[in-house]
Amino acid sequence: MTKTLFAPGHTACAGCGQSMAARLVLDAAGPNTIIVNNTGCLEVFSTKYPESCWEVPFIHSLFENAAAVASGVESAIKYLGKADNINIIAQGGDGSSADIGLQALSGMLERGHNILYVCYDNEAYMNTGVQRSGLTPFDTNTTTSPAGGTSAGNLRPKKPMPEIVNAHGVPYVATASSGFGQDLQRKVKKALSIKGPKYIQVHAPCPLGWRHETNMTLQVAKLAVETGLYPLIEYENGVISGRRQITPKPVEEYLKTQGRFKHLLNRPEELKKIQEIADNNIKKYGLKAEAQQV
Amino acid sequence: MKELLEGSMAVAEIVKRCKPGVISAYPITPQTHIVEELAQIVADGSLNAQFVNVESEHSAASVVLGAVAAGVRAYTATSSQGLFYMAEVLYNIAGMRLPVIMTTAVRAISAPINIWNDHQDAVSLRDAGWVQFHAEDIQEAVDLHLIAYKLGEDKSIMLPVMVCMDGFILTHGVETVDMPTQEQVDKFLPPYKAPYKLDVENPMTLGPLVDPDYYMEARYALNETHKEALALIPKLAAEFTKTFGRAYNGLVEGYQLKDAEKVIIAMGSACGTIKEVIDELRIKGKKVGLLKITCLRPFPVNEIYNALKNVPKVAVIDRALSIGSFAPLYAEIKAVFFGKTKRPEVISSFVVGLGGRDITKDSIKEIFRLMNGKEKQAEFIDLKPELLKESYD
Repeated sequence: MTKTLFAPGHTACAGCGQSMAARLVLDAAGPNTIIVNNTGCLEVFSTKYPESCWEVPFIHSLFENAAAVASGVESAIKYLGKADNINIIAQGGDGSSADIGLQALSGMLERGHNILYVCYDNEAYMNTGVQRSGLTPFDTNTTTSPAGGTSAGNLRPKKPMPEIVNAHGVPYVATASSGFGQDLQRKVKKALSIKGPKYIQVHAPCPLGWRHETNMTLQVAKLAVETGLYPLIEYENGVISGRRQITPKPVEEYLKTQGRFKHLLNRPEELKKIQEIADNNIKKYGLKAEAQQV
Repeated sequence: MKELLEGSMAVAEIVKRCKPGVISAYPITPQTHIVEELAQIVADGSLNAQFVNVESEHSAASVVLGAVAAGVRAYTATSSQGLFYMAEVLYNIAGMRLPVIMTTAVRAISAPINIWNDHQDAVSLRDAGWVQFHAEDIQEAVDLHLIAYKLGEDKSIMLPVMVCMDGFILTHGVETVDMPTQEQVDKFLPPYKAPYKLDVENPMTLGPLVDPDYYMEARYALNETHKEALALIPKLAAEFTKTFGRAYNGLVEGYQLKDAEKVIIAMGSACGTIKEVIDELRIKGKKVGLLKITCLRPFPVNEIYNALKNVPKVAVIDRALSIGSFAPLYAEIKAVFFGKTKRPEVISSFVVGLGGRDITKDSIKEIFRLMNGKEKQAEFIDLKPELLKESYD
């Protein structure tokens, strides 16, 4: 087994996309890294006292304050004159990043701290039992946005976090996916080579919350990208500098892999709305690999 | 050197001399003068520190948490709603055993919104696990910050400390202050050496998930450490006096207690007024005294017992409420004497000076007068009965 800084033996569910992504992020960052973590699945399954997976300094304080705690750590490191040698990564799930922790994150971005913020986006509050968050996709069936006679699930599309972060004028923003590990690691390394606040949002399948087979994590993650529902893009200094081009697959191929979308499969009008979301992404970000099509 | 200083300037100056490496704050009246002055001190290059302007008190507390976790001395200040907005972080800081030092410009709580002084904000946070000092005057506020760093950072303690000073009355009041020199401060307060910190050379996990097998012991240890702090504070007070040549009373301060038959118990700036009234009444032959509580947490049970066990009549002044129950300080004073053979015959409870209503010498005299009667339960002083007649009918 390859040497990793995120030691095995944690208590994540089988097939957890977040644990995969977290390991890839840390190993890309290397040993001179301090991790500041929001409350959430990742902190819970990796730090149960007296054990810890983290072979680097790690701190968890509260649900929504990793960006602010990391700001304090970074300021302390700067005061100590060690800022050039140490990576600081703040991280959290979609709820702690896009909802309850958005204010702290915005503050961190605005102040210009040299911190990489990683949002592991599994598209709901998984640690508390699959309640919807600001990053839950449109029409998703969660425990607090259930599908029913008068509802097709979550009422609103995902909050555009990459754009919101980008609007702060930060030097680097990217989306990534547990399904594209090398791409994720490249983006982490790139982010850490840039001074200032950086943001990477990693799509991280949750077999329990998304209700897919535990051996399907990578395929599900890849399908999200390949349908255009989770565009992989990079912004540098406010401008899109990278995109993963795709030969778009119909969204149904992605939706049918997961129980959280099962209620949509016999509702063509809803499928059409979701296809429109993908089509808009493909158009907006120029995802279609036309050059490669012969 | 003795200087005429506004309370906030004096606090900023002593904080500067304690050399925090990270300062973070969010503005709230009446804390602002302290952090404005510190921002200027940093901007002028008089203090080598990172001044982090945050978007909320929640983040201010989180920033200093992170800084101390990284092994660097830190400072923040807040008040009232800001203190409440910090609340979950404050509990977290104490549980993580990080010696963050904070000034609370003690102020009333909304609603109704009110920017003036009472003790509801700090007193409401008494269970957070922080050591909580209350200053009577500006000199004491200055001195308590030195004690706060020294105590909190002691390896056997490792606790956050809150220095409370009455909003406006002390933060914006002006007094002659004997400001310790940098040499004296350096001698008393060595640089912070964290026994545990975020260090890439020695990685450790701070703030892990702790299940029922371990949680109680962590909380027990926090509670026990408060007892240890009770024992250490008088020793630090003695060391303080040796270094600075000025008495610092530590946990409680008795004033004219020796033969006192009526004693008021109070915290904060009202103690100055009470002392004046005592001086006047003593001239008239009245045997009255004061017990000032400087340290609300840890609660100095034995010191309070020993100071008051032979006093027949005691009155507790609360500048906060525990709505629907006994006034908070009163309840604790009563608990000190429950089941004791030696105890005051009467322990009365008075609520005074909420939301900045002046505590005048007449207010204090009224309390001494009311102590002659039966035990009082949360009796409000200086209420305006005419305002209580308003209704929606």
